[in-house]
Amino acid sequence: MSDVDRLAGLPQDQRILLAPLVRTTKWFWIWAAVLAAVTAWGAFAYALQVQSGLGVTGLNTPEYWGIYIICFVFFIGISHAGTLISAILRISNAEWRRAITRSAEFITVLVIAFGAVQPVLDLGRPDRLLFIILHGQPWSPLLWDVCSIGLYFTASSVYLYVPMIPDLALIRDLGIRPRWLYWFLAIGYQDSPRTRRMLQRIIAVLAVAVIPIAVSVHTVIAWIFAMTLRPMWHSTIFGPYFVVGAIYSGIAALILAMAILRRVYRLEAYFKLVHFNNMGLMLLLMSLLWTYFTFAEYLTAWYGGEEAELATFWSKLTGPFAVPFWLMVASCFVIPFALMCRKATRGVRGTSIASVFVVFGMWLERYTIVVPTSLHPRIEMASTHYVPSWVELSIMAATFSGFILVYMVATKFFPIISLWEIQEGREEAVREVSERVASYLPDEVRVAGS
Amino acid sequence: MPRWGMVIDLDRCNGCQACEVACRSENNVPVCGPNAAALNRTISWMRVVTEVEGEWPEVRTRFLPRPCMHCERPPCTAVCPVGATAIDEEGIVGQIYARCIGCRYCANACPYTVKSFNWRRPDYPASTLPMLNPDVSTRPVGVIEKCTFCHHRLQRAREQARVENRPLREDDYVPACAEVCPTSAIVFGDLDNPNHRVAQLVKDPRAFRLLEALGTQPKVYYLTESR
Repeated sequence: MSDVDRLAGLPQDQRILLAPLVRTTKWFWIWAAVLAAVTAWGAFAYALQVQSGLGVTGLNTPEYWGIYIICFVFFIGISHAGTLISAILRISNAEWRRAITRSAEFITVLVIAFGAVQPVLDLGRPDRLLFIILHGQPWSPLLWDVCSIGLYFTASSVYLYVPMIPDLALIRDLGIRPRWLYWFLAIGYQDSPRTRRMLQRIIAVLAVAVIPIAVSVHTVIAWIFAMTLRPMWHSTIFGPYFVVGAIYSGIAALILAMAILRRVYRLEAYFKLVHFNNMGLMLLLMSLLWTYFTFAEYLTAWYGGEEAELATFWSKLTGPFAVPFWLMVASCFVIPFALMCRKATRGVRGTSIASVFVVFGMWLERYTIVVPTSLHPRIEMASTHYVPSWVELSIMAATFSGFILVYMVATKFFPIISLWEIQEGREEAVREVSERVASYLPDEVRVAGS
Repeated sequence: MPRWGMVIDLDRCNGCQACEVACRSENNVPVCGPNAAALNRTISWMRVVTEVEGEWPEVRTRFLPRPCMHCERPPCTAVCPVGATAIDEEGIVGQIYARCIGCRYCANACPYTVKSFNWRRPDYPASTLPMLNPDVSTRPVGVIEKCTFCHHRLQRAREQARVENRPLREDDYVPACAEVCPTSAIVFGDLDNPNHRVAQLVKDPRAFRLLEALGTQPKVYYLTESR
């Protein structure tokens, strides 16, 4: 009996949600081939860089950091989608989360590796990478970063894996290939009220634990910049500003992933309009928060009026970086706000368009943070500029394609929507929610003496 | 314990750049060529920064020789993840080329932009190879380098003093830039030793340090122009 036949007689959830595991279309292979080719090209570009040094980039003095560091901040930011959103929704008992948590958690785990590798690509001596462990200096914010990203990767992998165990056990019991994989990953789990209760308890603890870890990650990334005395980097609000930006771009990335999954795997019944509407509201909230932080950051720099700060400030607002800066403002505030504040445009198409702009705008945000400050050191240098080389751009393209590729492949081995949580929602949540709502209502007050 | 420092009298500096040349040959600083210069990728441990003031015919050029400031509170050493740059007990901020992983965090943290990165494998023309200074290691591709106050000269002077069984004298240890300066604009010595000229010069009312307000406490002082 083939895997396809095995699914035919199953209930709707299993039939639809496990279908990608057993059936692969021609388009999947075409996309996979294209993405693999781009990734391989990026690997070739990196090999060239290793061979001849960072001279193949467009970097110079004082533009010591460029595309790699921008992408580092950007991709780690995207990784905030999953774990944080999923954990917050779980803790707050948001029932609409059930269909989206798994796809979100997968983004986190898969993209974080692509983000974490960026500073390694940026190293002049990648052969000495282990020195960070052998000779680590705890005073360096870079070391804090290694610790927090390592912890975040571990915690979010566990947080992805543990809630997946019942689904893996189900797949194992159905006998879908590769059987050894599901047998191994299901670690002998047998579904029973007792094991389910234990699992729920572990998930609850994990969900609480991953939130401060996730917040720490982007805070520490911001501190890499903020701990220096550079104009418009040395800012106390950089930590929370980066966290807000990270969650913002993370939500946008999740919306895009949902829109694509919905289309290619025919998941319209699961990723419903209500999900896009609710995610769109979160996008709206984050766009306002981001704008508030950006305004606060730029106003204080301008009002303080320190010479070095102003040089960087004006280079962004009216100088050579005016185009990326105002594009960023349009992409991160004007467009998403205009689209997300109306219910009519909070559908699949509207949220997707807004999300494309947000992802693009948040990349630009990191660009306008890293590059203008680098090019405006406190002591005037000969005028210089930064044009990324083809090597840097190829590696950036490869990072994008590599991430999409592994995400695609992951959807072929793991159900991208949690089966047991949907089932639990059908069986128990309706009753639980009505009980919960009933508990909010005023108690009956007995009149004394009657 | 000495605290090595430098005083540069801007009244005396005529912008001849002899310090740059002396530094380059003393420390085996590679000449990167016009292509690297066009990309702002040259390496120099000592650079005479020029500033043109006024409009023709009332034009004046000011010169500011700029080595590493050897800050008492260096922003670069704290951020290095592997301890490849550190300040020693005599106040010299050193670079350990064999330890550096090339992340360029120190270069970004330095408010004076005195750190240079080896973007490409250094290339010494064959004719210059016999002239390389054997006391100073050449640097590989992918690491940061900068002025070390000619630290190797201190080691040599110490050895010499030990051999001759005498304490280190004021003139025993002088970096190449100070030694070569034709107008004696650059003075070097122990800031804590009242017998050294630098200790007297830093008390001059003309003395100032670059970006003093940042609190990095540089040990390179300047004497401002009196004209």
